[in-house]
Amino acid sequence: MSAVNQGTEDLPLLQVSNTTKLYGGRIGCKDVSFDLYPGEVLAIVGESGSGKTTLLNCLATRLTPTSGSVSYRNRMDQMRNLYEMSEAERRMLMRTDWGFVHQHPADGLRMTVSAGANVGERLMAVGARNYGNIRDTATDWLGRVEIAEDRIDDDPRAFSGGMRQRLQIARNLVTSPRLIFMDEPTGGLDVSVQARLLDLLRGLVADLGLSVIIVTHDLAVARLLSHRILVMRHGHVIESGLTDQVLDDPQQSYTQLLVSSILQP
Amino acid sequence: MSNTPKTKILVSDLAKTFTMHLQDGLEIPVVSGVNFSVASGECVVLGGPSGSGKSSILKMIYANYRCQKGQILITDQDEIINVAQATPRRIIRLRENTIGYVSQFLRAIPRVPALTLVAEPLIAQGVAEEEALARAGKLLARLNVPQRLWQLPPATFSGGEQQRVNIARGFIAHYPILLLDEPTASLDAANRAVVVELVEEKKEQGVAMVGILHDHDVRDAIADRIVDVTSFASAA
Amino acid sequence: MTQTAKTQDISSQHYNFAYLDEQTKRMIRRAILKGIAVPGYQVPFAAREMPMPYGWGTGGVQVTAAVIGKQDCLKMIDQGSDDTTNAVALRTFFVKTTGVETTTKTKEASIIQTRHRIPEEALTENQVLVYQVPIPEPLRFLEPRETETRKMHALEEYGLMHVKLYEDIAKYGHIATAYAYPVMVQDRYVMDPSPTPKFDNPKMDQMEALQLFGAGREKRIYAIPPHTKVVSLDFEDHPFEVNQFEEPCAICGAEGAYLDEVILDDHGKRMFVCSDSDFCEDRRAAGHVGHLGTNPLEAEGND
Repeated sequence: MSAVNQGTEDLPLLQVSNTTKLYGGRIGCKDVSFDLYPGEVLAIVGESGSGKTTLLNCLATRLTPTSGSVSYRNRMDQMRNLYEMSEAERRMLMRTDWGFVHQHPADGLRMTVSAGANVGERLMAVGARNYGNIRDTATDWLGRVEIAEDRIDDDPRAFSGGMRQRLQIARNLVTSPRLIFMDEPTGGLDVSVQARLLDLLRGLVADLGLSVIIVTHDLAVARLLSHRILVMRHGHVIESGLTDQVLDDPQQSYTQLLVSSILQP
Repeated sequence: MSNTPKTKILVSDLAKTFTMHLQDGLEIPVVSGVNFSVASGECVVLGGPSGSGKSSILKMIYANYRCQKGQILITDQDEIINVAQATPRRIIRLRENTIGYVSQFLRAIPRVPALTLVAEPLIAQGVAEEEALARAGKLLARLNVPQRLWQLPPATFSGGEQQRVNIARGFIAHYPILLLDEPTASLDAANRAVVVELVEEKKEQGVAMVGILHDHDVRDAIADRIVDVTSFASAA
Repeated sequence: MTQTAKTQDISSQHYNFAYLDEQTKRMIRRAILKGIAVPGYQVPFAAREMPMPYGWGTGGVQVTAAVIGKQDCLKMIDQGSDDTTNAVALRTFFVKTTGVETTTKTKEASIIQTRHRIPEEALTENQVLVYQVPIPEPLRFLEPRETETRKMHALEEYGLMHVKLYEDIAKYGHIATAYAYPVMVQDRYVMDPSPTPKFDNPKMDQMEALQLFGAGREKRIYAIPPHTKVVSLDFEDHPFEVNQFEEPCAICGAEGAYLDEVILDDHGKRMFVCSDSDFCEDRRAAGHVGHLGTNPLEAEGND
């Protein structure tokens, strides 16, 4: 896992400050603040209900926070508060500069159109109007996520779970985004399929210099993919730092419990 | 303070305590008042029995463990960084270019072949993939890892093979500071000799090294100085 | 004509003019005006239950009812023809409820309500073309959520429309969509032109007549004002093309008109004839004859 060097690297890509989401009186997530830098992979871990998905959705503009701000450095190098942007701008960001990989591929794919069209959609959305070029790009991306070229016209219903997940990744990466959100991308996959996906993600993240925010309850996934980690409990970030430091020398009682609960194969 | 330009690592008044929250907050003091320095081209070996905190000190220098007190200053080109206080981001950069760590155990990554695993630190430092793989191959050959294994993920290798892959991964790139955590624990004599050679080469390049070595022969061969960790035992 | 006068008497006793009450017509006119002001935008309206099933053109009927006046001359087309069930039924409906003059001549009509065709004859600025629309939402094929498609229209997110065309080419080697072929109206809204053959799409562009679209079940009205840019979507390397026919009309010999296939016997014998029956008749009246054209004419003459 390598971070990108030089340039605007020392300026954060995403700045999260005091982001809070309340569901009525209940806390979804509270006062979360952190900076994410280009090329950095941040894991958000915690058990179900700890608020990690709520936080992810607040960052990815899928859920409006109750208070706090989330700012993103766009390609013009301007820091913009996501929630002061127009919906059109936010959605544009979502399908060009960002990606979102859902736990269930059916949530992120169009299940009734071919793999090629699934990958090509974002290109067409930003104005690509040459069928041949779109198809070439789709073919290239299917290859990069290890889907055989002759499956390009099959729709994802004919794909296995692991293939669907890889297709979802290709669909997201085709516009060369700079920031990818992932919600339990390996959840529900059996271990060999999961290993393949993790290896693929690891390679893509390093090759493309992507910034990633990944939600996972699997500490092994966090260790393999992330540079930094946030541990959440009851909607609060209770511990954060270098991934290996937090996992090897956890300070908080809850983090120690999490780490000691890992099954060793 | 002997903070000459040649000093690469300066550890001062370092202390570490584990708090076991799952055991009613039991406090386990590990070390305290750790003081030593390492110069360029020098190999300092931490001495002391198991459980005396040698490994914890090494891990604190690598920022793998946190410390409760003290400083760990290292020179990164013309900057002096206190590892104990540095941001995660700074530490990631240090680990990429400045501090290397050869651990006892290989953390194999699913599906990644041994050769790639060894080449990765070089690639991260910006060496072209082809050249990195060639150098990885040379090093694996030198450590007597059979070529038929190079393209396989090392998860299924024997302990000794895994450790040699790990040593290759640790030694392949140039880091001004290298931490050695029992690199020779399960190696035969021939491979131990290779490690000794590798360490000697690093010394010639001016690398400052801190090591834990239980093997007396290797220790005697490479240690310039031995720092006895028992003197840092926590007074708890 | 005398018969028309008689039915008018009956209608005036039983129905408000054009069936709908005046408040309803006013509501529909407001929707139409809004549609004209925002070409291609689907305006929701409170569609009424009509005395005919959904799918028979309840949307078109309500639009026509809202714009028709006593002086209008109405033409009713179903798949290009004036004499098929839908056309006959709806024409009778309006004769009964308005008593207006009707015609089969494209030139003579001031309002033409159509199901799935645009007349071959170029329309003029004095005419209104009313389309019956089953599904007004062109994006629904790929995005079933109405909340989402409305947002996509609002934000001009139309990549999905090309996904559909991409799928066609991937599956069939060319854009196989032959009817309800999506268009971009005035560089802003993607619109479903109703299930007209794509052959008719170019006629929509810069048309002199006002085009109104009514979808009764879906409760949507949209419009293309006269002289509006209407472009069929396509790819650079797979440009939009209209249907080509290999032979001219068997009856009138017309080339470049939209033809229907007619099966003549159970041995695979068939012919292609103009779908626009009025256009075909006009040509025959002007002396044009196709390779099978003499027979029907003579048969007619013999009656």
